[in-house]
Amino acid sequence: MEVLAKISEALQRGDEKTVSTLTKQALDSQVPPREILDNGLVAGMDVVGRQFAEHAIFLPEVLMAARAMYAGLDLVKPLMEGEDIPSAGKIVLGTVQGDLHDIGKNLVGIMLRGAGMEVVDLGKDVPAERFVETAASEDADLIGMSALLTTTAPVMQEVIDLLRERNLQGKIRTIIGGAPVTDRFAEKIGADAYAFDAARAVEVVKQMVSGDQ
Amino acid sequence: MTLLERCRKGEILVADGAMGTMLFERGLRPGMSPESFLLSHPETVREVSREFLEAGADILHTNTFGGSPLKLAEFGLADKTGEINWVGAKIVREVAGGSAIVAGSCGPSGQFMEPYGDISQAEMRDNFKRQVEALVEGGIDVLTIETMMDVREATVAIQAAKEVAADLVIIASMTFDETSRGFYTVMGTNIEEAAEALEETGADIVGSNCGDGIEKMVKIAKAFRSVTSLPVLIQSNAGKPEAGSGGLSYPESPGFFTEHVAALVELGVAIIGGCCGTTPAHIHVIREMVDRAKL
Repeated sequence: MEVLAKISEALQRGDEKTVSTLTKQALDSQVPPREILDNGLVAGMDVVGRQFAEHAIFLPEVLMAARAMYAGLDLVKPLMEGEDIPSAGKIVLGTVQGDLHDIGKNLVGIMLRGAGMEVVDLGKDVPAERFVETAASEDADLIGMSALLTTTAPVMQEVIDLLRERNLQGKIRTIIGGAPVTDRFAEKIGADAYAFDAARAVEVVKQMVSGDQ
Repeated sequence: MTLLERCRKGEILVADGAMGTMLFERGLRPGMSPESFLLSHPETVREVSREFLEAGADILHTNTFGGSPLKLAEFGLADKTGEINWVGAKIVREVAGGSAIVAGSCGPSGQFMEPYGDISQAEMRDNFKRQVEALVEGGIDVLTIETMMDVREATVAIQAAKEVAADLVIIASMTFDETSRGFYTVMGTNIEEAAEALEETGADIVGSNCGDGIEKMVKIAKAFRSVTSLPVLIQSNAGKPEAGSGGLSYPESPGFFTEHVAALVELGVAIIGGCCGTTPAHIHVIREMVDRAKL
């Protein structure tokens, strides 16, 4: 459908206004919201994510594209409430306690939303308890944690220990990332997955969620 | 002799290493503002600067990297901007005595400027002005605008500093990632564009700090040397930090630094220092390699 391709293109350009106008147009002409989401907004963000991973574009372009994506999402999401369609998955996201750096985590959030996932962003400086409680009450599939400081990364262990204590391990899985975090560290603390960057995080999360059946 | 005169004469100067990493080993806890230590533990900060001086640093940085009010606001300390930066400068001034150069450290605001974020250019300029005013009042010799990822933010900081003190010597240093297309900031600026913008705005010395280890810094230094005639500063971290069960670990030892520092000297870098994870032992190695080049 031509309008969906146009939405995707406008999103890639970071043209918030056009995405908003075209999304309204599409809705007016009875295009199902789900289709606008999948073949317009998500399709556009997918291109943006790939270009970012390849360094064809940088943070400013991603931030502008994200803004355009949210303009579309805000119109489409309310119409999808109550629709009995399985979500692409739900993730609780945050920067661990003590860490106030959130550019990386925000990027992951943008990319995951752009992949059609539901994201509950707890922000920065999030205590272990809050990750686990929110994930449980929101019935989330995953907890995503980020740390930029070597000193804060060990907090991730607490979240994993709490999940184990409450028998939630396996039901709510964990993915971690951030500058000091490595796959070795993830393995050591018992995290389910590690992602080197935002683009990889989306790939890994998609695999984890689709493996759920 | 001033810093610029010494650079012009071809002297290579040694800058200090990581303040934050050292403070984390001395009681600073995650989630605390490293700058708040200036008020709560001034002796600890003084001790770190003294260790770097004893290791051979010619240039000592103030513990004010996150000392702009926008950044301090994350810890509810924006109203302490004046005090923190003034004390930060005073402490290093005392340690430096008559011998070392006192450089005011000025890091990113942590916010994006419009249109990517909410901060206007005027707000950003005011942000840095407030910090630089207090640093200058505290007695810094030069200003180091460092770890910048957005060249616009860096140029606004330079403008702000010039408004505070037109003759203040300004070092402007950015952080680059290696991509398949060469070195870029996360905002998409390459080394040539960065050097040009910083020089045009009035930086006296340009360069790079932090990043991903000293081997890449040698490549970055080479690129800077080929695009600018200004003196170049390079402050490498000790590699990409790794989280372990014990906490901190930086992979690059002082010994590992040796040959790469020699490469930086060979490239004609004017100021060589350390960033995250570098200890007085790293700075000592830099001092030795720089002195060896004089012989």
